Amino acid sequence: MTVWATAPALPLHSAGKYVAAAYIVFVVLILVYVAIMAIRLRRTEQDLAELQAEVAARGPDPGAEENHDEVASGRLARARPVATPDAERGRA
Amino acid sequence: MTPYSRGLRGLTTATAATLAAGLALVFFYAPLDADQGFIQKIFYVHVPLAIVSLCGFVLGGLFAAGHLRTRDPKWDMRSYVAIHMSLIFAVGGLITGSIWARASWGHWWEWSDPTLVSYLIVFLLFATYQPLRFSIEDPERQARYASVFAVVGAAFVPMNFIAVRLSQGFVHPRVLTLSGGRLPGAMQLTFAVSLIAIALLFTTLWKYELTAKSTRMQVRRLRRVALGDDAVRPLGRSAAPS
Repeated sequence: MTVWATAPALPLHSAGKYVAAAYIVFVVLILVYVAIMAIRLRRTEQDLAELQAEVAARGPDPGAEENHDEVASGRLARARPVATPDAERGRA
Repeated sequence: MTPYSRGLRGLTTATAATLAAGLALVFFYAPLDADQGFIQKIFYVHVPLAIVSLCGFVLGGLFAAGHLRTRDPKWDMRSYVAIHMSLIFAVGGLITGSIWARASWGHWWEWSDPTLVSYLIVFLLFATYQPLRFSIEDPERQARYASVFAVVGAAFVPMNFIAVRLSQGFVHPRVLTLSGGRLPGAMQLTFAVSLIAIALLFTTLWKYELTAKSTRMQVRRLRRVALGDDAVRPLGRSAAPS
């Protein structure tokens, strides 16, 4: 309570608009960044949902089942090195 | 779960709490500056943004050195994200500085001030980092050349800082010095909290960005492993590490 009691009043005269502008720039930068992150997150969630749907749609194919078990246990990911960045970009 | 998401919840909470404490101290605790009055409140957001962005550029250079030493792509990713975040913080530093200059000196920009101009030069130097990456198609070469650039750029930051400190004809106030500075105690505390808050914000966003990139890569890997190479859409040309 004493901190609030002794706090200086905010002098919102001509200087106030500049200070407000500076802090608004800071907040807007963060908000824009968080919004971009949220859009990316939604895209990743969509990719994950598509992947789950496609894996489910393949049905109980024995090969796929084996693959699924290996993926779940992490064995396949370790045993089969993921393609190089070139292949990732489709330029290999 | 990626290695970058570890401790992210606690870090986010600490960042939000420190930012809130910093803002409260700025507006309800720190005294008004005798010379500049209320305008000086911009100091608590502008200077931390500038300091953290410059430290981020140096950090990006250190990560890049790690990449050149080990050739491990994770260091390239860390360097890329650190420089990416620093550029965003530097934009904030430049805009808030410009607003302060307008309020204090009557001009949006002062070309005769070495501090401002040198900061702009560092910003423009690192602004070429992403176009450089984008111009190189081969991902391995892209990472290597970008790392060399980041190391040289990071070495440029302290050199630039020392050159500006040694110069005489400045109009920028000198309140932070190695001998303790010329800030009263309440202002020092407020500035320290603001600086920690901005540094925590940088670290949190850096970890979020790395977590997001790492998660997207894992989804692509899973798709390839589960459905085969044909099921993976080819990535477009990008400045970001793949």
